[in-house]
Amino acid sequence: MRSLNYSRPGSLSEVLQCLRDDPQAKVLAGGQTLLPALKLRLAAPSRLIDLQAIRELRGIAVTGQRLTVGALTSHAEVASNDQVRGFAPALAELAGSIGDRMVRNMGTIGGSVANNDPAADYPAALLGLNATIVTTSRRISAAEFFRDLYETALTGDELVKAVEFQAVKRAGYVKFKHPASRFALVGVFVAETEEGPRVAVTGAGSVVFRVPEYEHALAKSFHPEMIRGGAAKFGQLNSDMHASEEYRRSLIPEITRRALAHALQV
Amino acid sequence: VVTLTIEVNGYTHQLEVAEHALLSDLLRDVLGLTGTHRGCDTAQCGACTVHLDGRAVKSCNVLAHQAAGRSVLTIEGLASATGGLHPMQQAFKDCHALQCGFCTPGMVMSALDILRCHSQPTTEIVRAELDGNFCRCTGYDSIVKAVLQASRQAQQ
Repeated sequence: MRSLNYSRPGSLSEVLQCLRDDPQAKVLAGGQTLLPALKLRLAAPSRLIDLQAIRELRGIAVTGQRLTVGALTSHAEVASNDQVRGFAPALAELAGSIGDRMVRNMGTIGGSVANNDPAADYPAALLGLNATIVTTSRRISAAEFFRDLYETALTGDELVKAVEFQAVKRAGYVKFKHPASRFALVGVFVAETEEGPRVAVTGAGSVVFRVPEYEHALAKSFHPEMIRGGAAKFGQLNSDMHASEEYRRSLIPEITRRALAHALQV
Repeated sequence: VVTLTIEVNGYTHQLEVAEHALLSDLLRDVLGLTGTHRGCDTAQCGACTVHLDGRAVKSCNVLAHQAAGRSVLTIEGLASATGGLHPMQQAFKDCHALQCGFCTPGMVMSALDILRCHSQPTTEIVRAELDGNFCRCTGYDSIVKAVLQASRQAQQ
């Protein structure tokens, strides 16, 4: 590791002041992506601002039809929390499938969504459940938040405080994992909501995206049989050492059908 | 270099530690607790797994200063003061759950974390939950058996 400065402020206002004073600084949540990136020298921040002491970034709460998950909530907490499991079992299951259990004990929902890795799981859930990202300065819909490869709507001195989820009738998430990296080659989150079905795909493109053709078909019947290969036109998809563009393209309808079957089962 | 306070295996230490040091660096190079193994150093193999405030984490993927003010348990903290093996260590020994032994400290620490969350895990659960710990010798069968044996003993 290259040398760096570390600080652990006690309040959100101190964190924001640190970021304004030092634009080269980066905030540290669980560090499960950031620390490997530092080792690979993909990032070289002047300072890491550890958020662990900020209490207002923690906590899980259900009020009426809304679930709020604090940014520092670990994947393990989301996976095992009774309120999350009751309100959005597919979200809890997704959180329990991220990385491995040591990563889930440290990694946080805020860190994951702010990083916006193209193969991360949470972006699919947030877009599929039409979640709202609550930041230190505003509220942003998932559709507006996830912009492009590792790019979000966050500005330099803005932090994710929490994620808010609305209740849905049913939902399911299935991913086709790369056996070594455990990241999703293709992951599909399907949800039957009051406003209609939603299908969100991660891993396949530069950023999570919806599939309107599938959603129209599922509006008639929320069932795996409604998904036909070739029914949807996808833009450019990822092609890398793990899988070709064609391979990912052919995975999307199949994984969508599996996600639907899973949603109907649960 | 900044001073930090950390509890490791029940003892509180005040140490001068570089701000970029990893928790695995602190345990091995500062405290000499070399039971925590540095395997891949890229947060994949799980050989460096320790407990931070009772939760299994990869110590090569946590800054030492992130652990400041918190409590760490390493493989050296498991055996009793008189040297008796922890039931999980005994189960690994009984089931021949190690060959070269390099992955074993991390396996044992992860296995304990699995039993924290699953009091009666199935074979499938143990296999799935150990997917952050790599073993290149055993083929995992004997390791899974050891975890199941330790969970049965914990029931009694």
